[in-house]
Amino acid sequence: MSTSPSGNGVEPVLLSPSGISASFRRVWALVHRYVYLLRSSGVRLVELIYWPFLQMLTWGFLQKYLAETSSPLMQAAGVLIGSVLLWDILFRSKIGFSTTFIEEMWSRNLGNLLTSPLRPYELVAALSLWSIIRLGVSMVPVAIAAYFIFGFNLLTLGLPLAVFFCVLVLTSWSLGLISAGVILRYGLGAEELAWSLAFLLLPLCCVYYPVSVLPDWLQPVALALPPTHVFEGMRSILLHHTFDPMDLWWALALNAIYLAAGYATFSWFLSRARINGTLLQLGE
Amino acid sequence: MLLGLVMPSEGEVRIFGADMSRNRYDVAQRLNFQSPYVDLPARLTVKQNLKVYAGLYGIANAAERIAYVVEHLQIAPLLDRPTGKLSAGQKTRVGLAKALLNAPELLLLDEPTASLDPDTADWIRRKLKDYAAERNATVLLASHNMAEVERLADRVILLQAGRIIEDETPRALIKSYGRDTLEDVFLDLVRGRAKLAAVEPEQPRKAS
Repeated sequence: MSTSPSGNGVEPVLLSPSGISASFRRVWALVHRYVYLLRSSGVRLVELIYWPFLQMLTWGFLQKYLAETSSPLMQAAGVLIGSVLLWDILFRSKIGFSTTFIEEMWSRNLGNLLTSPLRPYELVAALSLWSIIRLGVSMVPVAIAAYFIFGFNLLTLGLPLAVFFCVLVLTSWSLGLISAGVILRYGLGAEELAWSLAFLLLPLCCVYYPVSVLPDWLQPVALALPPTHVFEGMRSILLHHTFDPMDLWWALALNAIYLAAGYATFSWFLSRARINGTLLQLGE
Repeated sequence: MLLGLVMPSEGEVRIFGADMSRNRYDVAQRLNFQSPYVDLPARLTVKQNLKVYAGLYGIANAAERIAYVVEHLQIAPLLDRPTGKLSAGQKTRVGLAKALLNAPELLLLDEPTASLDPDTADWIRRKLKDYAAERNATVLLASHNMAEVERLADRVILLQAGRIIEDETPRALIKSYGRDTLEDVFLDLVRGRAKLAAVEPEQPRKAS
């Protein structure tokens, strides 16, 4: 601790800026900033639930229709709703990470943050933690609604659901880090990337169909993406009541690589932004 | 560059002995800054913003320190208002409150009185002068307002096209150009008028 006396004022008691507890303190302070932001607008809160709820309704009714008319597969289980809910975990978590980061640029606050004792990895930790909190706020009510409206209980996926969740969230952070890095370097003109990057994965990670549907040459690409293993695993549980845990270990290992690559990309773009002097000119 | 937001293309910046390119975090808690080009989050209230930054700067007695700074800068009526709804003068005072939370030994200010009415600007200048004097702190001020620089600075560094062209006390600078004010010196410089022949310069006061 250090203080410096002067006058009659209240001196700040400064805690050590190093160590794990200091890191936790700063991450917690930043998460508080995001909580304040969410609390400041009821519209934001409603919006968090609105889009996943609409998605769930649309696909739920489609599945109901298909189950009544044609596909025997559709009659087996809530494959479509399951796919939608799991995809939304990936997508919403990615959006939560990216938009929260972009928010700092919209509010021209990044200069304040990056000149404070906050380390870049603490900023990333706060964004990651906040993306999970946002995910809880948006997905829990929607999953409950899916149960009451369509009788689909996400928890029937059992223990693997926890691993599915981890795989999807970790992938979303990797994508979030890459888009945050690009936006840091190229400014808000690259903002579109934050919205669209996850959609690049949509056809490749086989959300609504099995990997076998893809052409042979594309299947290794799909299997190199961690979420593919989640969606394959989900279909395996719901349709065949079997599950290969090795598949998810493989996905987690892939995630470790992608996450490391994502952080390296973010750090590289941040250092480029420092070299090019673009951190204080982050407009479009 | 001093804050580590921009890397020097050559050379190094050392503050309190730390190389700002590599060890910025060793000294980040002893610095702070304010700029009209960097905002506090607009949707958060003033109190929320100050609490967040007290957390980021590791201030253990955050509530007491915030209360003191708020009283000192007379922003108590603004505490529960969203920061984005404040006037330019109010935002400056709130930005200054954030910059003073950790009682920095080095305070960097970018145009601290830009777009302020003369009364508020004068009030801010007085606060800054008092702060530097009471704490023996270094205040590095970037400004185009030469009257402000003349009033606040012990040492003036004039830059042209990214290069230092003068580094003197205000009095020595005015004297060496045979002028009455720093603004006249500034005009001489940008208009290419030469200074008087060798005048014994005053020794600039050492910055920490």
